[in-house]
Amino acid sequence: MNTPALPIGTVRAAWFFVAPALLLIVVFFFVPVLAAFCLSFTDFDIYALANPDHLRVVGLKNYQELLASDDFWKAIGNTFYFVLVGGPLSVGISLGTALLLQSKVVRFKSFFRTVFFAPVVTTIVAVAVVWRYLYHTKYGFLNYILHFLGINPVDWLGDPAWAMPAIILMAVWKGFGYNMVIFIAGLQNIPDELYESARIDGAGAWQQFWHVTLPMLAPTFLFVGLMTMIGYFQLFAEPYVMTLGGPLQSTVSIVYLMYEQGFKWWNLGYAAAVAFVLFAIMLVATLIQFRLQKTDAS
Amino acid sequence: MKHRLNSWLVNGSLWLFALLTAFPLVWMVSVSFMQTGEAGAYPPPLFPQSPTLTQYESLFERMEMGRYFLNSFLLATSITLLSLLLNAMAGYAFAKLPFSGKERLFKTLLAALVIPAQVAMLPLFLMMKYLGLVNTYLGVMIPGMASIFGIFLVRQYALSVPNELIEAARIDGAGEFRTFWSVIIPLLRPILVTLALFTFMGTWNDFMWPLILMTDAQNYTLPVALAALSREHVQDNEMMMAGAVMTVLPVLIVFLVLQKQYIKGIMMGGVKG
Repeated sequence: MNTPALPIGTVRAAWFFVAPALLLIVVFFFVPVLAAFCLSFTDFDIYALANPDHLRVVGLKNYQELLASDDFWKAIGNTFYFVLVGGPLSVGISLGTALLLQSKVVRFKSFFRTVFFAPVVTTIVAVAVVWRYLYHTKYGFLNYILHFLGINPVDWLGDPAWAMPAIILMAVWKGFGYNMVIFIAGLQNIPDELYESARIDGAGAWQQFWHVTLPMLAPTFLFVGLMTMIGYFQLFAEPYVMTLGGPLQSTVSIVYLMYEQGFKWWNLGYAAAVAFVLFAIMLVATLIQFRLQKTDAS
Repeated sequence: MKHRLNSWLVNGSLWLFALLTAFPLVWMVSVSFMQTGEAGAYPPPLFPQSPTLTQYESLFERMEMGRYFLNSFLLATSITLLSLLLNAMAGYAFAKLPFSGKERLFKTLLAALVIPAQVAMLPLFLMMKYLGLVNTYLGVMIPGMASIFGIFLVRQYALSVPNELIEAARIDGAGEFRTFWSVIIPLLRPILVTLALFTFMGTWNDFMWPLILMTDAQNYTLPVALAALSREHVQDNEMMMAGAVMTVLPVLIVFLVLQKQYIKGIMMGGVKG
């Protein structure tokens, strides 16, 4: 570059502008993340909380205990159930509603968009309270409707087989509008000429969808897939409000386990190990998604 | 004929789906106006027999709901204003001001976005404990006062600000902060409105961090208070629905009024609502 040396005043101003935010992020995010990593190799518990002298470094003991614990594997299994069933379901419904809303025959488009998006902005604790009531075995509306269809009442939140599906249904309801909006943006970016030339080549609606819409949406899919997965891995408030992790621990998620271990039993070292396992899983899952997308594109 | 059928199918399924989506929220409002015990009947009543404000009254009078509402409102407002200023300053500097190591620093920040917030929470709690900030508003506010995503959003937008404008201001003798305040901020307005919306709603709806940090019931935010109440009052469906309405309504109204900016922001950068 030929530009003369940067004026000192400007550089100083630049640091002045960046410093407050950067300092906060470093001190209250980067440092705690590093500290959590160290914490996971210690036996920090309620005694150490009272007096740091009780703190001992225990190496990999927390991770070993974790891998040997049934509760941990249960939480991993539940979380994957939630991510692998709820995630695709949510993305599928988002794409479906986005496609429907793109249709030229739709009237009141913005009304529908608002209705579908409204649950996204709601407070998760509040809607969990509402859904807990919807799921009530005796007075809940869901069983009332099922009754009309000739189906016996289901103990949604009290039956280990149904509690997670019930939480998934609610999470999908709450979240699909978000991805729908992103899909709508992606669909609007597909040039009309592509569809026209496909039509000229004699492609029907289904072929147009398969050969034009889906490939053109690939970047949107990567983004939506990543964001959804990251959000779904952090499941916490729904089981906290609706099931307390039960029945029979069928809705204990990884974050719920971390919360209980860390802030209920004060096993902070152990909980930090749980948090890092979650981080590692999310990192690997993110890399896998990127890789899948690459092979798809080629 | 085929076209008519198609139109019918598309519009019909959208109406059905909209009905299903809206139902839980509409029902929540309806039940919140029922008498105590009215909703615990079969078949579940759709509308209150004689609408009443009893549930809201008892929330305010017996459950200190006004206090939780105020806590939530003050926290969300102050975090929004503070973080808006800090993120805007940093985002602008990353976009337009020169300093060494800028690109690398920015990339490091972006890479850190993959770390889930829960990882930091355990040591963060310990830090707050040693700083004496457990159970304080400041403790709840601090982690939200600057956000990587906010800096990113502002930076992307600020990149499009023409350099000539900034230089013209400098030639006019405006200092860096004057330039930022009276030239840049007005230009960044659209993105700042969007970011303010995200931050306010995100803070209002936030659950885990205030749940961990606030140990005294009088400091609870609405979601934390509602979660605690819903455990104690499992049977009081009507009152819980009123509590849910009070928690959800403010963000829902803000969204309905400013939804254009909100949705545009999601399309621009994407953020978890």
